Amino acid sequence: MAILSADENKLIERYGPHLNYEPPGGWDEQRECSLVKTHCCFCGVQCGIQLKVHDNKVVGFEPWEEFPVNRGMLCPKGVKRYLQNEHPDRILSPLIRTRDGFREATWDEALNVTVEAIRKIQSKYGRDAFAMLGGASMTNEKAYLIGKFARIALGTANIDYNGRLCMVSAGAANKMAFGVDRAANPWSDIPLAKAVIISGANIGECFPILTDYVWRARDNGAKIIVIDPRMTPIARTADLFLPVRPGRDSALANGILHVMIERGWVDHDFIEKHTAGFDRVVETVARYTPALTESITGVPAASIIRAAEIWGPAETSMMLHARGIEHHTKGVENCLTYINLVLASGRIGKPGSGYGTITGQGNGQGGREHGQRCNQLPGARDIENPEHRRFIADFWRIPEESLPRTGLSSCEVFDAIEAGKIRGLLSISFNPLVSIPDASRTRAALEKLEFYGCIDFFMSESARHADVFLAGSLQEEDEGTVTTGEGRCVRLKQSVTPPGNARVDWQILTDLAARLGRSEHFPYAISDDIFRELAAASKGGSADYSGMTYAKIEENMGIFWPCPSLKHPGTPRLFEGGRFHHADGKARFHAFEYRPPAEDIDAEFPLFLTTGRVVSQYLSGNQTRRIGPLVDQYPEPLCEMHPLLAKKLGIATGDIVRVETRRGDIEVPAQVVRTIRPDTIFVPYHWPGRKSANLLTNRALDPISKIPEYKVCACRVERVAPKAVTL
Amino acid sequence: MNGYEFFIDLSRCIGCKACIQACSECDTHRGRAMIHLEFVDRAVSTQTAPVVCMHCEDPACARVCPADAIKQTEDGIVHSSLKPRCIGCSNCVLACPFGVPHYVAAIDQMMKCDMCFDRTSIGKKPMCATVCPSQALYYGPPDEIRRMRVETPVNEFRFGHQTVRTKVRLMTSPDTDHLDFDIMSFMPGADDPVPDVTELVAWED
Repeated sequence: MAILSADENKLIERYGPHLNYEPPGGWDEQRECSLVKTHCCFCGVQCGIQLKVHDNKVVGFEPWEEFPVNRGMLCPKGVKRYLQNEHPDRILSPLIRTRDGFREATWDEALNVTVEAIRKIQSKYGRDAFAMLGGASMTNEKAYLIGKFARIALGTANIDYNGRLCMVSAGAANKMAFGVDRAANPWSDIPLAKAVIISGANIGECFPILTDYVWRARDNGAKIIVIDPRMTPIARTADLFLPVRPGRDSALANGILHVMIERGWVDHDFIEKHTAGFDRVVETVARYTPALTESITGVPAASIIRAAEIWGPAETSMMLHARGIEHHTKGVENCLTYINLVLASGRIGKPGSGYGTITGQGNGQGGREHGQRCNQLPGARDIENPEHRRFIADFWRIPEESLPRTGLSSCEVFDAIEAGKIRGLLSISFNPLVSIPDASRTRAALEKLEFYGCIDFFMSESARHADVFLAGSLQEEDEGTVTTGEGRCVRLKQSVTPPGNARVDWQILTDLAARLGRSEHFPYAISDDIFRELAAASKGGSADYSGMTYAKIEENMGIFWPCPSLKHPGTPRLFEGGRFHHADGKARFHAFEYRPPAEDIDAEFPLFLTTGRVVSQYLSGNQTRRIGPLVDQYPEPLCEMHPLLAKKLGIATGDIVRVETRRGDIEVPAQVVRTIRPDTIFVPYHWPGRKSANLLTNRALDPISKIPEYKVCACRVERVAPKAVTL
Repeated sequence: MNGYEFFIDLSRCIGCKACIQACSECDTHRGRAMIHLEFVDRAVSTQTAPVVCMHCEDPACARVCPADAIKQTEDGIVHSSLKPRCIGCSNCVLACPFGVPHYVAAIDQMMKCDMCFDRTSIGKKPMCATVCPSQALYYGPPDEIRRMRVETPVNEFRFGHQTVRTKVRLMTSPDTDHLDFDIMSFMPGADDPVPDVTELVAWED
């Protein structure tokens, strides 16, 4: 039983989060350091950074100005990321749960206990009763290995990853529209655009480096349109700001396209030659007059028309979106309606013209390409496609019938644990207790597991429930590659070796595979062995890495896929000449009527709750809530609300408010600001326990992408205590 | 260094505090930031303002320092206070027209931005401007920023009859060559010499 074996406070006292403020050994500007050129471990921008290393310890950083994407720029997370290394909370040895916490164990014992539990559960309940969950902050090598490990060593269909909580709606939409799942353009196209739409992307806080790209576009004369329920930092000086009501994005895109068609701002020649399905879209959006669109979206009709006036006739343009339109039960539909705006304009596949989702996680792009997903095989192949199955089964030298079929997605895994269908779980780099909606149910599911094994570097809130904790590696402790939000595969260099008895993640997996009797399928001595295998496995797939090598990636400071041969330079910009990746070479329009979110507001729960990030924290906070200067910058979640709402509820900044949904309630301080719609409140999600926004959110899934609806649900708010007085 | 200069454009700032965090990592700063960032009024806007030292040509902070603890070097850098000299009186904090110096009680000393002297003096860029994701803080060749941006760099600030010229430049609207902060500059007689003190208080009668 994976219930907590000790009082939570005791576990926190022992395993943190504690705050680290100083490099190991304290501040010492005299010590001799070497610099390792690598990348930040956080968001999908993957800024180049030089880690300062002394005596096998990371002691600081230096900007890496030669790396072309960020040219030395970093956000506060990147600046302080080195403080996760040599952190006092670091788990240095495998742990096994006891009656009052955990005890240290040898690797032999921890791995044997794990394998025994896997065997026991699988023989009793079937192979699929044991699930594996990975993460999109890990390298391509690990993403590939996890998919292969789950399907060959565990033989389970139920392998998925936390990218399911991130950008899968965009991925699915990209495949449906373009036949390939990748941002269409390199970010260097942003400054060349004359119109930029940023929809549901808090660029200033979530991808801070891209701010410079947007400002450079404006310096070159671009008009910037920002669509968001909040005036985020990037919205503050936008040319046009559309304060969309949460959950109404597809209606807004339909409304803008309505005006474009009416005014003749569509490229009929492009549509005719390079796309299919426009007629149905014309029929659908005919209904979305500015007046109707205003009534659905809460965006003034005049602003909708103005957006069309900027976007429609622009000479060049970039469409950027992120989780704001993707985290919905119609996330795929939202993305596709925005893609319609791009296709109708004909501006894609050219310098300064195109489209991209901005992936949120460190390897948000690569993490979704190499088979770590429940419906996917390496090379971004489809697990149900007979040809794809045969290719990978042959490549892996296994009978095709033994290759599992589509499994459950991340949230569905927890539903299945609840239903008693999944009994055992191995997770790596995933903190579901903080990151999956409806956290009370997530906790109950973890408690119900017969076995929970966790590979991680810190004791996350979820890991406290583990039966076995396998001490894994931080990003800077392994070699590998990640693929950034623009599709550029970059090289991560090992800066230091794992401390104590901690081990490199992939070696833990290959050891488990050996104990499960499958060692012949995992013959890796170094990370490069895995990379060469994944590159070969991707050959002919849509995400083709077969022309990449570590050396080539390093020399070029990254290679964009597809890169099908050693001589191929990679493909920074997709769809040049209007050639899309569907069999007929055409892109697809998709017509969708607006439909409401799974849970809309009503008399009982009259306010929209939307959730997101702050600049100083990353994902579930398992790393960043341990870094002192980042915690000081934004110590706890605040409930943002407009003064009109605050006045109605008798709330002032700093007052403690209770936010309640049908699933739970939290108590956090209020922050009264004019930068959010009066019908909406915002709470960032990086925190656990009584301040966890995901106690409130709705685990309703998009039918195609299986992404949960983080960005809209119904809530109510009340004041419970005055502002705490500091004496 | 190479004729590089420092430029601030407040309109670009996204309030991320990468500058603050990076400043604290500059080798000699030992975890303490020498610059700060303020929300102008978070209740109203996300507008923030990074505050680095403007490095005045004739620095008020140094002029009012009774202990002669603030030195200016030939390159125009106005340095943080010298530990053996600073008496923690905070005269400089009060005198600075830009609100730059901070008195640090824990060490009883004023600390402020020295434009990363340990970096700029050996040809590196200051930490804050290197990492700034919005390039609200920019350090580079003046002709480069003129080429890239429509805003004009200004380094002349008029506080009534007092004019302050700085090494650091503020990006402002095109065709502006100075900024006025005192309404007197816009009133009749603005260009007159400094009036007699007794005349200044005459209106009270």
